[in-house]
Amino acid sequence: MTTDLEVGLWVFMLATFLGLEVIRRVSPLLHTPLMSLTNAISAIAVVGAILITGAKDATPLSRVLGFIAVTASTTNIVSGFLITDRMLKMFRKRDEVKK
Amino acid sequence: MSGQLLALIYIASAAMFILSLKWLNTPATARRGVQVGEVGMLLAVIGTLLRHEVVDYQWIIVALFLGSAIGVPLAYLMPMTAVPQRTALSHACGALAAALVGTAEYYREAPHGFPMVALVLEVLLGSLTFTGSLMAAGKLQEILPQRPITFRNQNVVNLSLLGVAIVCGVVLVLHPETTWLFPVFIALALVFGVMLIVPIGGADMPTVISLLNSYAGMSAVAMGFVLNNKLLMIAGALDGSSGFILSIIMCKAMNRSFTNVLFGAFGQVQPAAAAAAEQRTARSATPEEAAAILDAARLVFVVPGYGMAVAQAQHKVRELYDALTRRGVDVRFAIHPVAGRMPGHMNVLLAEADVPYDKLLEMEDANSEMAQADVALVIGANDVTNPAARHDKSSPIYGMPIIEVDRARTVMVIKRSLSPGFAGIDNELYYMDKTMMLFGDAKAFVSAMIKELPAAAAA
Repeated sequence: MTTDLEVGLWVFMLATFLGLEVIRRVSPLLHTPLMSLTNAISAIAVVGAILITGAKDATPLSRVLGFIAVTASTTNIVSGFLITDRMLKMFRKRDEVKK
Repeated sequence: MSGQLLALIYIASAAMFILSLKWLNTPATARRGVQVGEVGMLLAVIGTLLRHEVVDYQWIIVALFLGSAIGVPLAYLMPMTAVPQRTALSHACGALAAALVGTAEYYREAPHGFPMVALVLEVLLGSLTFTGSLMAAGKLQEILPQRPITFRNQNVVNLSLLGVAIVCGVVLVLHPETTWLFPVFIALALVFGVMLIVPIGGADMPTVISLLNSYAGMSAVAMGFVLNNKLLMIAGALDGSSGFILSIIMCKAMNRSFTNVLFGAFGQVQPAAAAAAEQRTARSATPEEAAAILDAARLVFVVPGYGMAVAQAQHKVRELYDALTRRGVDVRFAIHPVAGRMPGHMNVLLAEADVPYDKLLEMEDANSEMAQADVALVIGANDVTNPAARHDKSSPIYGMPIIEVDRARTVMVIKRSLSPGFAGIDNELYYMDKTMMLFGDAKAFVSAMIKELPAAAAA
């Protein structure tokens, strides 16, 4: 247990610093797509939701809660990735716009 | 599926998420970033579905379809001006998922020790972000009033609410079997989320939306600790640090601290400033006069703000850009970091209208060239151009970095009336000798100027 926790904290610490470094470099031009993309990525909570919903010993309560959670995260995944791409398609340089 | 294979899938998925954000750095590689993120997500979902703990698929499949059925129209039908609301809604969805998973875990088999701490944090952050984001979405959609709603001892009430919620959380950690307390704890967190956003005004939305983004990420991290899943920790940490960086950028761009944004209830009318506004005259101009000056200019800076989004004027602004560019005028856009209602809001709107992104300048770059500009055309922006931020120590926005439009030779401001901006502060820019006030709706006025342009050339 302690080792799981310890490894988890290491992972969290390193991922946070990595995230800060990577995201610091994102151009302010793209801050809105950045937010919708990270939103889609954090909908990885779908993993937890699937595990709850599909578990063998799931109670009716946990199944209902899990069902809503899977729906909410899937909405986020699908709309998050699609709208980010829709936005990014619009960003064009001058020579590309003229074409 | 074997545990090792699953671990490899999750590791690959985490690597793809990191690459995805790395490629988002510049517009040239950004779309590739989205694609690799999608593959990462698909891998993670398939990997999870194949885990031996998952035995019942019926509900999951229905939920996956239902979520996609909601998500696709949400992505394609949403107008770009509504992107801030959509973002707030998706924070709410993400937070809701985290809160529900935490709740389900608790009632299935309440963990002890550190996982219980993580579970309490997951549910706390998830619940308050859920209601907070819904409130923010409501304010952005203008279902709820955009002005901050304040009452006496608001901060005391809010902090006590949070305090009581935290005490409940601590009791739950020490005695996880106290099941009656869990709904109370959730209710407190939900109410706190509402109360947190009630006093926040529209102009502070960029900061608040970033902060909620960060909370949503952190609740995913907490879920990762509950389930001991590293992929959740990494993806959540990426989201959390992104929201955190954006909040810092937004706060710096307003020269305010987190505490001030959350507890300061900015946006109430400042009586002193309002009183001083009398007895000054502003010069107004017609579209014809404005068009003639624009036509004669060499370098024009357009400074867009939330007003441009409200008037849906971005396409007309692009037409003006085209018309002036054809006449040999160099038109650029100066974007303040907090212009609009979320980080990057103006950039997306202008990109939607097909303004090339190499013409969109960040505040510092624009300011360094502002002295060479013949005209600075302010469309629907107010406080971010107020010179009082530089010299008036009594002004609430003193010290805030602004777009220094007053350095341009001529300043034009398209505005409905002389009413003060969101911060309730009068803008001395409007009374300067070099300033021409163009009164009217942004979209209508820009159209009128475009019509006058050929006439101006013939004269």
